[in-house]
Amino acid sequence: MRTIDIFGSAISNTFRSKTRTILTILAIFVGAFTLTLTSGLGTGINAYIDDTVTSIGASDVMTVTKTQGGATGVAADGPVEYNPDAIASEQPGAPGSTVVALSPADLETLAGIEGVVDVEPTRSISVDYIQAGDGRKYVIGVGNLIAGQTIPLDAGAEPDDGTADLQLVLPVSFVEPMGLGDADSAIGQSVTIAITDAERMQHLIDATVVGVAEEGLASPAGASLVPNTALSDELFDTQNVGVPADQAERYAQASVFFDPAATDADISALKDRLADEGFTASTVADQLGMFKTVIDGIVLVLNAFAIIALLAASFGIVNTLFMSVQERTREIGLMKAMGMGNGRVFSLFSIEAAFIGFLGSAIGVVIAMVAGSAISSVLSGSLLADLPGLTLIAFDPIAIVVIVLIVMAIAFLAGTLPAARAARADPVESLRYE
Amino acid sequence: MTTPIISVRDVHKSYGGGQNRFDALKGVTFDIHKGESIAIVGKSGSGKSTLMHVIALLDAPTSGVVELEGVDTTALRGGRLNRTRNKTFGFVFQQFFLTGNSSVLENVILPLKIAGVGRAERKSRGLAALEQLELADKAKNKALNLSGGQKQRTVIARALVNSPRIIFADEPTGNLDTVTGAIVEDILFDLNRENGITLIVVTHDEDLAARCDRRLYIRDGLLVEDSAAVAA
Repeated sequence: MRTIDIFGSAISNTFRSKTRTILTILAIFVGAFTLTLTSGLGTGINAYIDDTVTSIGASDVMTVTKTQGGATGVAADGPVEYNPDAIASEQPGAPGSTVVALSPADLETLAGIEGVVDVEPTRSISVDYIQAGDGRKYVIGVGNLIAGQTIPLDAGAEPDDGTADLQLVLPVSFVEPMGLGDADSAIGQSVTIAITDAERMQHLIDATVVGVAEEGLASPAGASLVPNTALSDELFDTQNVGVPADQAERYAQASVFFDPAATDADISALKDRLADEGFTASTVADQLGMFKTVIDGIVLVLNAFAIIALLAASFGIVNTLFMSVQERTREIGLMKAMGMGNGRVFSLFSIEAAFIGFLGSAIGVVIAMVAGSAISSVLSGSLLADLPGLTLIAFDPIAIVVIVLIVMAIAFLAGTLPAARAARADPVESLRYE
Repeated sequence: MTTPIISVRDVHKSYGGGQNRFDALKGVTFDIHKGESIAIVGKSGSGKSTLMHVIALLDAPTSGVVELEGVDTTALRGGRLNRTRNKTFGFVFQQFFLTGNSSVLENVILPLKIAGVGRAERKSRGLAALEQLELADKAKNKALNLSGGQKQRTVIARALVNSPRIIFADEPTGNLDTVTGAIVEDILFDLNRENGITLIVVTHDEDLAARCDRRLYIRDGLLVEDSAAVAA
């Protein structure tokens, strides 16, 4: 029997007992549907985290702080010696916690460490308010955009670091209250930033809005404006008017650039070298790795449930095919009497099983994709409206194909038992009718 | 004398072992020549069906030899055995073993499908076989909807489609009324006479047996009478 004929016969046999086949397909459908949705959930959330990672920081950057001699406050296990370089941390942490500032000498040390391509201190700039024309004044932070970071933009472009013009990107939530109309009309408008220097003198700096950032969970902008280099320099210099030169160059943290092609092993080796020099380094991936681990764990558990549903369905396949073998005993006997080999009989039934699996999974996957897209669009408009950019359930074509293949493999395995029985059937025994 | 198409030498067949051992055939020897029509006659349980299964290579004898055109068939295994059966034999059973939901044509071309014949050739040969049995107009009907005689003619078309040299007919008229049965018998004997196909009929019906060239009477697993031997 030709292979193509075996496939043809197997497929047409599938529809011979329609009700039974449909019920079996439904059981598989439930499993495949669940598996597609849970894996879609994992894909969606992880894709969101990945997007967030690229907007928080480039992959070839790590944040470096100076390792502190001892903890203060609750975590302290004894009195800590005074360090004149300790400054209040701008990083998240308990209020009042301090970090040791990085001095220009530290930056040079960092630059000298093997594997470090570039060092860029993170300037902390705090402005008093931002105002458009004679509109209301609003408090705003100043974000930093380092190379490789991207801002999810609603309108306009990212700030141009190559120009001497003072440019900034404004968070979308500021646009309307400041009286700039909508995101599109804000582009090109001039805003005024007030900043106070060390001598308690307030300066006003005018800059142009070149872009409007959309809100994200971990957008580098957040409730902050993102200046271009020219504006950043201007603000930093203004802020440090009156600060003694040796005090101006104090940074809470710095960004260390390394080879983008570095492997995980290279990165951890670099961290070790930094630790030897007394610095603590962490990449963005480190900071978000935890999230992903937790989400992967949850998705794994959900997938396990879906697999259990599939296993239950596979017993349905075994049952269906056993009944089918039982019913077709005579036919199998006849085919064998006519010279059909055992292997071919086995293929006929196991292909039928795989085909049932294919039908169930294909229908399950398609309906899951429709349902998943509907669910995530409804949720993103209501429950998850605070997390813009999140597609709760996303579908990865490779994952979909893998799911279909897995279900077919399970169905095939389930089919081997009845198929083996059919293959073993003795033609004489099956054709006896006395 | 030419080599017999089938030669059965001292064939024994037993089922089970020990106390439950049952000897279905207890040493049967005879030859069948090309173009003969043979009736294997016996009561239910006489061993006639077992004998047919052994000759048709569906079952291996416990001891003894079945030669097909002078070739010892005990050496045939797996794929070669299957191919030999497919090419040499056609089967007509009392119960039709048709797939009810498939078309008449689909049923008829099953042996060709198993033989691996291409789609177009399958169809033309299937239609030719149906033509021969005056069933061409039913080719697209479901086998389920045929009358008993039409079903048996479909089965004969199926036995015929792969141009076999031997047709086995196991109680071919057992399920048919007298008139239809007679028609089916005519068809089988016409095939035997006109196409030179060797016909082996297994039956307990004396009238059918009487129409064959030669009758082999089986009782309790032994060949008790061979009409050819008597005549000779």
